[in-house]
Amino acid sequence: MAKVMIYGEIRAGKLKKTAFELASEGRRLADSLGGDLTAVLVGPLAESLAPELGRFGVDTVFAVNAPELEAYNSEYYAQALAHVVKEKSPDILLISHTMHGKDIAPRAAAKLGVAYVADCISFELDGSTLVGKRPMYAGKCYAKWVALGSPQIASARPNVLVTAENPKDAKVETVAFSVNANRRTYTTKDLSLDTTGKVDLTEAEIIVSGGRGMGGSDYSLLEEMASIFGPTATVGASRAAVDAGWRPHSDQVGQTGKTVTPNLYVACGISGSIQHLAGMGSSKVIVAINKDTEAPIFSKADYGIVGDLFKVVPEFNKELKALLAE
Amino acid sequence: MKSLVCMKQVPDTETLVQVNPAGTGIVTEGIKYIINPYDEFSVEEALRLKEKFKAGEVVILCVGTDRATEAIRTALAMGADKGVHVKDPCLEGADPYVMAQTLAAAARLIEFDIVFCGHRAIDDDFGEAGAMLAELLELPQVTLVTKVEVAADKKTATMERDVEGGKETVEVPLPCVVTSQKGLNEPRYASLPGIMKAKKKPIDVKDLSALGLTVEAKLQTRAYAMPPVRTAGKKFEGMEPPDAAKAVVQALRNEAKVV
Ligand SMILES: Cc1cc2nc3c(=O)[nH]c(=O)nc-3n(C[C@H](O)[C@H](O)[C@H](O)COP(=O)(O)OP(=O)(O)OC[C@H]3O[C@@H](n4cnc5c(N)ncnc54)[C@H](O)[C@@H]3O)c2cc1C
Ligand SMILES: Nc1ncnc2c1ncn2[C@@H]1O[C@H](COP(=O)(O)O)[C@@H](O)[C@H]1O
Repeated sequence: MAKVMIYGEIRAGKLKKTAFELASEGRRLADSLGGDLTAVLVGPLAESLAPELGRFGVDTVFAVNAPELEAYNSEYYAQALAHVVKEKSPDILLISHTMHGKDIAPRAAAKLGVAYVADCISFELDGSTLVGKRPMYAGKCYAKWVALGSPQIASARPNVLVTAENPKDAKVETVAFSVNANRRTYTTKDLSLDTTGKVDLTEAEIIVSGGRGMGGSDYSLLEEMASIFGPTATVGASRAAVDAGWRPHSDQVGQTGKTVTPNLYVACGISGSIQHLAGMGSSKVIVAINKDTEAPIFSKADYGIVGDLFKVVPEFNKELKALLAE
Repeated sequence: MKSLVCMKQVPDTETLVQVNPAGTGIVTEGIKYIINPYDEFSVEEALRLKEKFKAGEVVILCVGTDRATEAIRTALAMGADKGVHVKDPCLEGADPYVMAQTLAAAARLIEFDIVFCGHRAIDDDFGEAGAMLAELLELPQVTLVTKVEVAADKKTATMERDVEGGKETVEVPLPCVVTSQKGLNEPRYASLPGIMKAKKKPIDVKDLSALGLTVEAKLQTRAYAMPPVRTAGKKFEGMEPPDAAKAVVQALRNEAKVV
């Protein structure tokens, strides 16, 4: 019987939405293969959060904890994940392509002696082979990939897999584990997290982005738009704005920044360079606000407004607020 | 301070990518190649460490075909001391695990205090080889690094890395493997004297048998395709800002249904 496993990410005391996305996809795969779906949770909250995964179709949750797993550390968490995989030998393992996933997945995969199909936006089965479709060259083209080793591991881009409830009474099994302390690793000295609850660009459903046309570091118009859209919206930037020092590096969208796939991308004062388009071109809906009618961004935008963003955005915010207040 | 920099040559970010008719890859004719931008940050950081400690070496490790020589020479012109060029037909299109195995085998023959990789190569976009290399060398990994501060005794380093929604500061024993992130530094350009000097710097060329390695692919590509074509939608031009804004906000709700 085929075994599908997911690795669920815990953040700030909760399971991340991506864990439910993976569970839903894992369930679909397990059903097509006639197999069962398990999940691995690591850390002090693993056991207490485990039952929640049952809602999205997980049959069994393997919970792992150890004193060294109190907070995330790439080496120890990768050891824990690889340990469960070796013990339970799933055929397929799914991980989220989040900041956390990008750190743990390659290390865990290397411990298992395999590579993984990273950043998939959809999956299909060819017999028992998992085929992952993924953007390459930051989305300038796509390719389907398969993993030849065992288990077949793939990571999924946040926000693209559809969550579907499928309530099961998830069994929780605690897996005994102790870290191999011979492996040296770093120690965390400080963690400074934005407490405003801003979603990461790669996980945001709506992105309001500003470029050189913003003319300076005052992004309050865009911050306002994002806050009207709500907590799943965030602000991004072009490289020109980042290089000018107006926005932090982590806000850069594009081929050498973040590749994003929100439901809605609003580009303000961004011309639409090839590198920028590569990073946001697969957004579901694109709105462009630019004073230059020739700007290349208009050729990709579903809705374009030709005009001065400092005149258009305030009106846009007003309209949006009125609409959402209804 | 001895740094080993793993560097990949990739198509220029300006490249208009086209999938080849057979769907097995992209059309490579006419492509201009550059150093992977994240690996360029690595080269720069390694040079700064050597300058800071007024001693040491920067070795460039690059796996690639003949044309990769150009990328290695560019790094040497920036100031790196020597290159190791692993060239083997079996490594063309190698997956990240095979790449990490190759880098690890080559790294074992080199003395270093720290290894730099890019957090991701901007062609394949895997973002795996750096952490895999760390694991295969049994060294700590610090990924997505934006700041490196090496202690005077070169036994530890303090680093800043990007994490979701913020920054983490870590202390790591050396040697370790770092993956570079944007924000680490501004890479320098090669100077004219640098370019002249680079011509005389050594590049050691090796194949898999010289590394005593045989490799087995862990990933396989099936079919390449172009993304769905995106065409221009509705453009609101010559309208008063309130009217244009209203039209688009309404369309987002009623047509696109995203609001
Ligand atoms: C190796 C490499 C990697 C790169 N990677 C990236 C990347 O990852 N991401 C990225 O974004 N770029 C990247 N770039 C840079 C890219 O080539 C462009 O330079 C950059 O995207 C331009 O940013 P921009 O659109 O904000 O600025 P510009 O191209 O200068 O465009 C500004 C736009 O604002 C409009 N404007 C000005 N004032 C107003 C106003 N008041 N109201 C409305 N519109 C206004 C103008 O009409 C113009 O279209 C990279 C470049 C290189 C060489
Ligand atoms: N062909 C190569 N030669 C040298 N280093 C490489 C090569 N491919 C990948 N790397 C290193 O691994 C990093 C991540 O690559 P990837 O996993 O392909 O995204 C790159 O930034 C390089 O530092």
